[in-house]
Amino acid sequence: MNSTPAPAPPAGDWEELVTAALLGTDRRTPPGCAPGQDAPVALLDAAAVETVRRRAGLTPTRAAERPEPAAPDARPALPAAAARRLAMLLTDRPGTGGGGRRGTSPDLMELLPQWLTAANARGFAAPVQALPALLDAARGRTDLRPAALEFAGPRALWLARLNPDWRFALRATPGGGTALPDLDAPDQVQLLWQEGLFAERVALLAAIRAHRPPAARELLVTTWATERAEDRLMFLDSLRMRLSAEDEPFLEQALADRSRNVRATAAELLSALPDSALAARMAVRASACVAVDRTREEPGLVVEAPHECDSGMERDGVVAKAPAGRGERSWWLGQLVEATPLGTWERRLGGRTPAEIVALPVADDWRSELHAAWCRAAVRQRNAEWARVLLGTPSAPEAGGPGAVSLAERAKLLSTLGGGERADWVAGFIAAQGLSEAFQLLGVCAVPWAAPLGRAVVDALNIARDAGSYPWSFSGVMGLAERCLDPGEAGRLDGLLAVPDETEDAAPGAGGYWAEAFQRLVTTLRLRAAMTEELGAP
Amino acid sequence: MTQQGVRWTADQVLALAPDAASRKAGSKLGAAGPWSEAGSSDEGTVWGLCKGSGSKPYQTVVDIADTAGPAYKCSCPSRKFPCKHALGLLLLWAGEDGAVPSGQAPGWAEEWLAGRRKRTEEKRAAGASASPAAADPEAARRRAERRAERITAGAGELEQRLTDLLRAGLASAEQAGYGLWEETAARMVDAQAPGLAARARELGAIPSSGPGWPVRLLEESALLHLLDQAWLRREHLPDDLAATVRSRIGLPSSPDGPPLRDHWLVLAQYDTTDPKLTTRRIWLHGTDSGRTSLLLSYGAAGRAPELALPMGLALDAEVSAFPGAGQLRAALGEQFAAPSPTTARPQGVPTAQAAVHYGEALRHDPWLDSVPVTLDRVVPTPDGDSWQLADADTDLALPLTPTARSRPGLWRLVALSGGAPVKVFGELGHRGFTPLTAWPEGAGEPVSLC
Repeated sequence: MNSTPAPAPPAGDWEELVTAALLGTDRRTPPGCAPGQDAPVALLDAAAVETVRRRAGLTPTRAAERPEPAAPDARPALPAAAARRLAMLLTDRPGTGGGGRRGTSPDLMELLPQWLTAANARGFAAPVQALPALLDAARGRTDLRPAALEFAGPRALWLARLNPDWRFALRATPGGGTALPDLDAPDQVQLLWQEGLFAERVALLAAIRAHRPPAARELLVTTWATERAEDRLMFLDSLRMRLSAEDEPFLEQALADRSRNVRATAAELLSALPDSALAARMAVRASACVAVDRTREEPGLVVEAPHECDSGMERDGVVAKAPAGRGERSWWLGQLVEATPLGTWERRLGGRTPAEIVALPVADDWRSELHAAWCRAAVRQRNAEWARVLLGTPSAPEAGGPGAVSLAERAKLLSTLGGGERADWVAGFIAAQGLSEAFQLLGVCAVPWAAPLGRAVVDALNIARDAGSYPWSFSGVMGLAERCLDPGEAGRLDGLLAVPDETEDAAPGAGGYWAEAFQRLVTTLRLRAAMTEELGAP
Repeated sequence: MTQQGVRWTADQVLALAPDAASRKAGSKLGAAGPWSEAGSSDEGTVWGLCKGSGSKPYQTVVDIADTAGPAYKCSCPSRKFPCKHALGLLLLWAGEDGAVPSGQAPGWAEEWLAGRRKRTEEKRAAGASASPAAADPEAARRRAERRAERITAGAGELEQRLTDLLRAGLASAEQAGYGLWEETAARMVDAQAPGLAARARELGAIPSSGPGWPVRLLEESALLHLLDQAWLRREHLPDDLAATVRSRIGLPSSPDGPPLRDHWLVLAQYDTTDPKLTTRRIWLHGTDSGRTSLLLSYGAAGRAPELALPMGLALDAEVSAFPGAGQLRAALGEQFAAPSPTTARPQGVPTAQAAVHYGEALRHDPWLDSVPVTLDRVVPTPDGDSWQLADADTDLALPLTPTARSRPGLWRLVALSGGAPVKVFGELGHRGFTPLTAWPEGAGEPVSLC
């Protein structure tokens, strides 16, 4: 270039060159075109010089306002092997290729929630370069969000403010990630409570409730009368955490609230306090409806449902209008029994134990109504003794004995029991009933599954294989087993990996598919064991 | 040098994958489950048996110490290269401690390795003895002359098209549409001038490229005209510039620079694809010489180019430059050891100096779109709808190119920075800066933004 002789055109020529080029040299003579020179060539010559000159003369622009630096993350970094594993788990996002039949390889995305839980339990910080992929994964799967956002930490919220695609992270985190004030500084707390956004105020209330339950209630009282109805409902709901008898006077007052939803929530919270006045009032009402029938040889229960829903009942949260298709009287009865402390029945029904009470026959088809209400009461009051009785023995649950309740109710009742007892009950259920109805119940069991439960599931899968069905009939349980079975059980599965001989009644090819499914199960378990090991001891 | 302790990261392994589906499939095989008898040798070989759907497991072996990048062999029927088994095996080797113990290669792996090494030796011996000159210099000269004539005819025709365009005005180009330039490009292919063909094709795309297109069309037309004229008068140009013109026209050349041995840090590796060809660009930085070199590798439609050097590793090797003034392209020569991890980082400059660097490079090659630069202490900063890299210590900034703004790598860069200064390697040109690799302040591995 330095050998090309070119006179420097004056500034402003570039604009003129562009104008001439746009219009065409037939209409406009370009600047610097000598007479007799071919105009288009002169234009191209001049434009070439100018283009290179302009490019060579480029300088940086003025900097825009730089973003506030992200808040520091004091958590320790992941061990190298765990960081590699995370990169691999995030590579396996939906839409990154593959698809079709699952084959023998594990579904890495399904392991991500477990990996996140383990990493969070150990308090590690996320590698910053993994945050975009992590946020994208959480964007696609709402169930992943709480754990992913906890792991992602403050820098993810900082990123979310810059990228509209990740706004969900700000919504999902109370207060949009703004730091809560020092809870011991009353001025700051008052300021945020008076002037904060709704999400910030909810976060503040929850944070205080977690540390000093009465202080949260007292803060709420200061502004209660001026809050909007839907805000009152959310604030009231935050008292569910660490609920105690101390909250009763405030909740009693809330029973007179203008909003029906607020009244109902207050009543529900009060009924979970067995010694509350509301619980006592409900006990009186319910007791009037259920009695032991002494006129027969065999003792049994007679039920006389309420004939009306009076204003006192309504004030205590009983919803007067029954949903379509339900009788009013049974609707009211159910609500009374549900809100009555379970201890009431032992006194009321002749000193019988819960087991004896549940075993009593009930006259006039009231049995299912009454038992269902007791189930709801046991869940609401976290009463393990009643829950146990209502669940019945797992080996004979469908025989019409006690506990003839739906799977959904069983799952809720199970959640009131300790982990070990829960696992034993479900193991017993599977041993007796097989897997077809076990899915919902397995979902409430702690991970990894206790040994007897894991064995019951594997045995049941083995039986299903021998029965000649296809593995995808059990894909839900199989998927759960991949995520929940104790990795230490992998060795036990070795015998199931071979392709069995095809029997006459088996579905064609099923044996091969089963071997493949078990192989995937073993591979996934090994992978989970490696994952845990890489993260180190919690 | 031994391979023990020289581990690659999962990202480095996954960078070898020919496509996203292989990456995903390979990730799933990167665990102990399906593998048996896996092992690795001190010479840089990894092998293993992978259980597939059939009764016989696949035999997979990778030679990571090969001088031309990793070499793969697998008994599976996949036509992808490397296949998912090779990727899975490397991930297993990169990941779990003890999953791939050190040992003696089994017979089937040893056989393949021995064959490979023998062929490499033979090739080297042949290269050393045979003279590079063609068998018939006279015939070669006549072929070159015929080609030069065709290019000259093509360049003349292209000049005619450009002057017609300027005579009628650029405004007419919008109506003329893409077809005219597509046809011109085809004629340049016939004239055996692929460089002119590519530029002609790009001209056709400019009128639909958004606001400011007339200025871009004028710039690119003028530079194409400059290239035509330079070719037509190449006899009068200095040798270096003439060599640059020949390579811009698309004439083949071979590296003739003296081999330079250095510890070459792999700064970045990325692919661009069009329907017929995948082009892989690998930027190297000599940690002793401070030189930056570009390796190019090509793959036919849908196939990954063969050369793969994972970002962040360094290799002890010789490279030779291609002819041409300011030419950064080089060819990889002898490799003295397999690529290995390093903590070396290139030295960086502030934004103002980077801009000067581009301006100076244009003196040697006015057709240069961008130069490789490492920026020190810059903060990724949102600027309206776009982004810029702002100096931490001055009020200057370089805008990102439109393409860089829409890539996922941008967010990795922003996440890495968190509002703090970072070191960024990328390409800077008249369209802006394209970040390719970034290093956090303080210790930490480089993060690929490609």
